[in-house]
Amino acid sequence: MSETLLTPDDVAEIVAILDGTPYGRIDIATRAFRLRVERDGEAEGAPWHQEWAFADGGAAAAAAPAPAAVVQDVPEGLTGVPAPLPGTFYRAPAPGAAPFVTEGDTVTEETVVGIVETMKLMNPVHAGVAGVVVAILAPNAMMVEAGQPLLHIRAE
Amino acid sequence: MIRRLFIANRGEIALRVLRTAKRLGITTILGVSEADAASLPARLADEVQLVGPAPSPLSYLNVDAVVAAAIAAKADAVHPGYGFLSENAGFSRALSAAGITLVGPDVSSLEAMGDKLMARQVGQQAGLPVVPGGEAATPQDALARARETGFPVLLKAVSGGGGKGMKRVDREEDLSAMIAMAMAEAQASFGDPRIYVERFVASGRHVEVQVLGDGHDAIHLGTRDCSIQRRFQKLVEEAPAPLLPDATRAGLEASAVALTRHLRYRGAGTVEFLVDADTGDFFFLEMNARIQVEHPVTEAITGVDLIEQQLLIAGGARLSLTQGAIQPHGHAIEVRINAEDADADFRPSPGTARRAAWPAGPGVRVDTHIATGGVVPPYYDSLMGKLIVHGATRADAVARLQAALGALQIEGLATTAPLHARIAADPRFVAGGVDTRFFDAFAATQEAR
Repeated sequence: MSETLLTPDDVAEIVAILDGTPYGRIDIATRAFRLRVERDGEAEGAPWHQEWAFADGGAAAAAAPAPAAVVQDVPEGLTGVPAPLPGTFYRAPAPGAAPFVTEGDTVTEETVVGIVETMKLMNPVHAGVAGVVVAILAPNAMMVEAGQPLLHIRAE
Repeated sequence: MIRRLFIANRGEIALRVLRTAKRLGITTILGVSEADAASLPARLADEVQLVGPAPSPLSYLNVDAVVAAAIAAKADAVHPGYGFLSENAGFSRALSAAGITLVGPDVSSLEAMGDKLMARQVGQQAGLPVVPGGEAATPQDALARARETGFPVLLKAVSGGGGKGMKRVDREEDLSAMIAMAMAEAQASFGDPRIYVERFVASGRHVEVQVLGDGHDAIHLGTRDCSIQRRFQKLVEEAPAPLLPDATRAGLEASAVALTRHLRYRGAGTVEFLVDADTGDFFFLEMNARIQVEHPVTEAITGVDLIEQQLLIAGGARLSLTQGAIQPHGHAIEVRINAEDADADFRPSPGTARRAAWPAGPGVRVDTHIATGGVVPPYYDSLMGKLIVHGATRADAVARLQAALGALQIEGLATTAPLHARIAADPRFVAGGVDTRFFDAFAATQEAR
């Protein structure tokens, strides 16, 4: 599994070497990675920044979680309540508790219709529109993407 | 000697442990969840073992799964990092039953520091000052306690946490009404009416001492100040604690060593104190029996690799450092770069870093697992990286921090870097020695702006 990659210590060493020279920038590309080290300005003691990426850039992005539910179009006459953040959608405040809302419930803009847990924080999802809950689209305790419709509401 | 080290963590701390282990010639096996299988630490580890699906209760917090993965990896030791299972006595026992060494203290130390009341008791046994006060089962007890400690006092629920049920009482005549209310609230919130009466420290600083012990000897590596916190989450840490009277600093360090010896503590630990900024009095709070997020500021001023010390001690070595060998120089500051939008009530901002240009150069260290294209998954905490600066004086370190934050550019995610740039420019921060009320006051002036 281990790849011959750039380590943070390698980068620090490269910056230290450059810092003693008149050079203000270096670009390196190997089969494994791309690195750019650059001085921010001409002045003595000007700060450096370093930016690097895997040459296969996409491999790291493969770690991005796949959405568990399919994003759907919102039917005519209905309003979708989007997930405010990517995370885990919960229909109830605690396991075994009654869900915040079910189909047929009347909601106001402020009604909490679910929770999206992101980075250990519970983010309430508000209906955002007054009306009647027509459908709950996202399954309980499943990953959702930001903007994915969680519920359909018929606005009143 | 450790030959095969299993790392039971993720993110920047997994990478931090990997770097030192590699330098020491130790084979590294990283336990990863499905969400972290292509992360930077996973690419740099010698071997990778899957510990479970993305959600941490099923992976990084699952004792059985992590122990099974460490056994499958034929590891002789496990480094738990911080958080997750790092202070879990059950995890420690399960590893030892499997014949695997935990890079951390003995289970007796984990248990002694396991809850706050127990830690307070042990601290008192070791001769450390604790915040004056005590438990009160009845209103009469509470009144007696309050008279001992003096007003103002703080009433806390014994079973409480996170500031819930805390009440400040300034005058004796208000006490009986407040006690009744506090007990009722404690009963309603926690099912336990017992309250705790404690002296209220108006201007408190959070100062901690890094210690190392090998079960026989103990030394300290100086102080860190972590007073800049938001809702008990640390944002900025520095070493040494600035503008502390010499007597206070010496007292803190001696107390921390006394506790470490009392526990016959093995490994790296941190002894946390509340320092009354008005009087210089200090009180023991708790001991963290693990490596801490902010350990690099201590490394910067002492030149000691704390992960290396942990690995050596866990491998059975005696302390190779003496107190006299620790000669701190200069000043170091760390800021936590979190994937959070500080302008939107610190809303988490997971996703992909389209671009991650981190500062570099002399006196600048960045501990991060996020390069350009790196992913911050929504399952775990929001720490993306830590920026650590070191200067000959605190003023040098502050100037270096300001310059480094100017060079930092992360695109694709909201981060706390702009917030840190504003803190670094705040005159109270530049002056140094702020107390734990700093962040709320700072946030209020930001809103008024």
